Amino acid sequence: MTLIKEPDLGTPAVESSTVAEVEVEVDGMPVRVPAGTSVMRAAALVGVDIPRLCATDSMDAFGSCRLCLVEVDGAKGTPASCTTPCADGMRVRTQTPRLEKLRRGVMELYISDHPLDCLTCSANGDCELQDMAGVVGLREVRYGFDGENHLDAPKDTSNPYFDFDPSKCIVCSRCVRACSDIQGTFALTIEGRGFDSKVAAGMAEPFMESECVSCGACVQACPTATLQERSVVELGMPTRSVLTTCAYCGVGCSFKAELRGDQVVRMVPYKDGGANEGHSCVKGRFAFGYATHPDRVLRPLLRERITDPWREVPWAEAIGHTARRLKEIQAEHGRGAIGGITSSRCTNEEVYVVQKMVRAAFGNNNVDTCARVCHSPTGYGLKQTFGTSAGTQDFRSVDAADVIVVIGANPTDGHPVFASRMKRRLRAGAKLVVIDPRRIDLVRSPHVEAAHHLQLAPGTNVAVVNAMAHVVVTEGLVARDFVAQRCEGFQEWAAFIADEQHSPEHLEPVTGVPAATLRAAARLYAGGPNSAIYYGLGVTEHSQGSTMVMGMANLAMATGNIGRDGVGVNPLRGQNNVQGSCDMGSFPHELPGYRHVSDDDVRGLYEHLWGAPILPEPGLRIPNMFDAALDGSFKAIYVQGEDLAQSDPNTQHVTAALRAMDLVVVQDLFLNETAKYAHVFLPGTSFLEKDGTFTNAERRINRVRPVMAPKTGKHEWQIVCELAQAMGYPMRYDDAAQIMDEVALTTPTFAGVSFAHLDRVGSVQWPCNDAAPDGTPIMHRDGFVRGRGAFVLTAYVSTQERSTRRYPLILTTGRILSQYNVGSQTRRTANVVWHEEDVLEIHPHDAEVRGISDGDTVQLASRVGHTTLRARIVDRMPVGVVYTTFHHPVTGANVVTTEHSDWATNCPEYKVTAVQVSLGRSSAAVQEADPSRLVSAAGE
Amino acid sequence: MTVAPHVRLANDVAAQFHHLPPDQAAAKVAQHLRMFWDPRMRAKLLSTVDAGGTERDDLDPLAVAAAEQLSLSAPGRPSAR
Repeated sequence: MTLIKEPDLGTPAVESSTVAEVEVEVDGMPVRVPAGTSVMRAAALVGVDIPRLCATDSMDAFGSCRLCLVEVDGAKGTPASCTTPCADGMRVRTQTPRLEKLRRGVMELYISDHPLDCLTCSANGDCELQDMAGVVGLREVRYGFDGENHLDAPKDTSNPYFDFDPSKCIVCSRCVRACSDIQGTFALTIEGRGFDSKVAAGMAEPFMESECVSCGACVQACPTATLQERSVVELGMPTRSVLTTCAYCGVGCSFKAELRGDQVVRMVPYKDGGANEGHSCVKGRFAFGYATHPDRVLRPLLRERITDPWREVPWAEAIGHTARRLKEIQAEHGRGAIGGITSSRCTNEEVYVVQKMVRAAFGNNNVDTCARVCHSPTGYGLKQTFGTSAGTQDFRSVDAADVIVVIGANPTDGHPVFASRMKRRLRAGAKLVVIDPRRIDLVRSPHVEAAHHLQLAPGTNVAVVNAMAHVVVTEGLVARDFVAQRCEGFQEWAAFIADEQHSPEHLEPVTGVPAATLRAAARLYAGGPNSAIYYGLGVTEHSQGSTMVMGMANLAMATGNIGRDGVGVNPLRGQNNVQGSCDMGSFPHELPGYRHVSDDDVRGLYEHLWGAPILPEPGLRIPNMFDAALDGSFKAIYVQGEDLAQSDPNTQHVTAALRAMDLVVVQDLFLNETAKYAHVFLPGTSFLEKDGTFTNAERRINRVRPVMAPKTGKHEWQIVCELAQAMGYPMRYDDAAQIMDEVALTTPTFAGVSFAHLDRVGSVQWPCNDAAPDGTPIMHRDGFVRGRGAFVLTAYVSTQERSTRRYPLILTTGRILSQYNVGSQTRRTANVVWHEEDVLEIHPHDAEVRGISDGDTVQLASRVGHTTLRARIVDRMPVGVVYTTFHHPVTGANVVTTEHSDWATNCPEYKVTAVQVSLGRSSAAVQEADPSRLVSAAGE
Repeated sequence: MTVAPHVRLANDVAAQFHHLPPDQAAAKVAQHLRMFWDPRMRAKLLSTVDAGGTERDDLDPLAVAAAEQLSLSAPGRPSAR
């Protein structure tokens, strides 16, 4: 395979469905294009590449480089083809002696102020300036090279991933426009005038000191070596590409992994990637070094006791030992004494085989997934109301939204590539409502300002959404036709929600949201006309997470905001394959495709195919497994790619449970926190070695293609199959494609999915079957999956986690841009320069009354434990609420989070923990459990 | 005071249905436990209800009513153990 070079048509496409077509002639060739299409693009469509430097089809035309001049019959002068729209009957000539002379003259000026170091330049062979010099036939530079120039401009190497060499800059503004138009950060500008014009970051600062978020859009846009990946400088130009999918957040960006041999030189966002359309963030673009980090464990490890040192063993011994121990434990303690956990960082195929192993080889339903601790309420809530456990829209849908409501999500940090798309829509005029205790960046960022920020008290989401629904119902804002035709249960719900107890005024003392603000936000949402809800873990990770999901679904149905472009209820999934891991049957009550294990027909289908009986009763969820481990009925666990000991709440409880088990098997890249309690470590593969599929937050199934062979010698699905076989259950596949074929065979929503189909069309959004062979970007268009959308009564029940005199503050947790979840990947990259440690954000008032100054080490204590970390005083937090991240094990934010969970799914209530903050002790006592809590936990 | 997990979790479910009439609420809670709880957890709940005492006292009356409905459901499902 060679490098994938994507065509660049110079300027963006014009939406063809909304405008008439015109016909033009380019160099004698006729072409029909939508009105408004640039001459440059029309020419490219008939194979005529007009020379250019400042134009690229990912951004609107700018018309500055003067290289793309053309002649138009009947028109004066030589207009720039990038900014000249096609008109019907227009006849264009792109190559004439006059144009050639003009272009050479322009190119001479560029080159007169450019280093003549092509042969030693890092962009040699990948430089548009170099290419254009050849295209225009540059043979001399009449101005010489001794005039005033920028060749001594100092290089900025402050960013760990790319260099900025202004001596090579042609001031085409592509980087500036990429930063503003695509990324939406506005960190770059052109400083100075005329000859003094130059690209500047921030206030002419080094990149690292500016607002730059290192998304890489400027590097991608740069036509020269001015902005260049450090890896290209150090390793040289890549020689081949493999198209694959990012392994970080739920956006699921498509990337070209560009390699020399089997070494990844850079990850380049793929323009045809349906989720990202050529954009990226600092994690996906640059933070892939963990895959080859020396901390990777590449051979299986065993030990009898968790206090023993690890012993490297051959695969056969590791698998044989694990299978024998699992069978011994079942013989001694019962079939239900063991279980497994799948990972949202693994492929659909890897996940599918784990749940199959648990159900068919273990003989129980004790399988769960890390989605338990993030989006399990989404699965429950959307299934109850709409009939399926998935978001309703594709990402592109936000382009048609008039009102965007962001609830409990921080997309600029958590889902940055989607956030850029959302911000583009907001800059174009859509209105924004943010519902979040914290003043997230989206509330006010360059050229974006929320119409309303509902800064609610943590734990009162349901009260707020009920109050919004109350306004809709009592002010006559219900979409009556939609409700009558598409929904059921409305009358009962409307009577319930219209009760005064749900009014904004009645709930204001509970939520802290001024009633007038809430009413205005509700009216804005109801008025749309296209209103979309986007939400994150600030919705789900509450004791009423599932209720809140249903409350949002109620609101969307009541206002008719379901089933078309620009609307919907959209979960922003935390990890890359949260959707997929749930789709694949990872929950203990559901087989693949969200079908309950009590369904005899569905169970029969799998029993026939798998040749093994399947229990009709739900198995244990992750928190239930911990409880069962402590009561002695659950003795062994297989954990695929999940760091329970760092990511799950109440760390002391988790580690006590892990210690109580006879066998803990961890399959991962690194010896993570959970591995400290493991007896078997099975080395896993990074996304660069995997062969399979990920399904992102918009239900888009994307191929994950291996760019190198597994460094461990085995694919993860092979390990699982061998383990199942060693336990006596035959489970064999020739390759990952066969696993997906089995998924398609048994799961109606995946019936049309295969690796071959994905390779052909790029990606599809499920349902993908005979009824929708190209997939389903927007769900519930003509009817809900369950038939009629169901209104569900959503009573507000306050959390039991309350602030007290001893613990007067409420802690809420989240993530930041540069780090990812427990940090096992991003902490092993240069991303640590942005976030060396977790910090505690605290309001100035709360800090002052505790004598805390910015940067002080503070103790963060809850009733279950305490930890120490550094304080950062910020007014983005409301008084009484503090915030931290959980990216670093040394901080261990989950030492303080509690056992409270969503009532329906047991998703932990990470977002509400009563705490006290005080000036800290020495870092020697970083994390401690409340001893009494440990005893009681063990006795639970 | 520490409450046993199955008691705490049953109470969490029950708390969500107090807005409904008692019979309807108990049926909803029982249905939820049937659909989402591992049989050993349901067995523990039934055992707590049967045993009486302080642990039963910790249970929301609605959870007790739901447990009583569960105990009336037809047996015969295979156990996870």
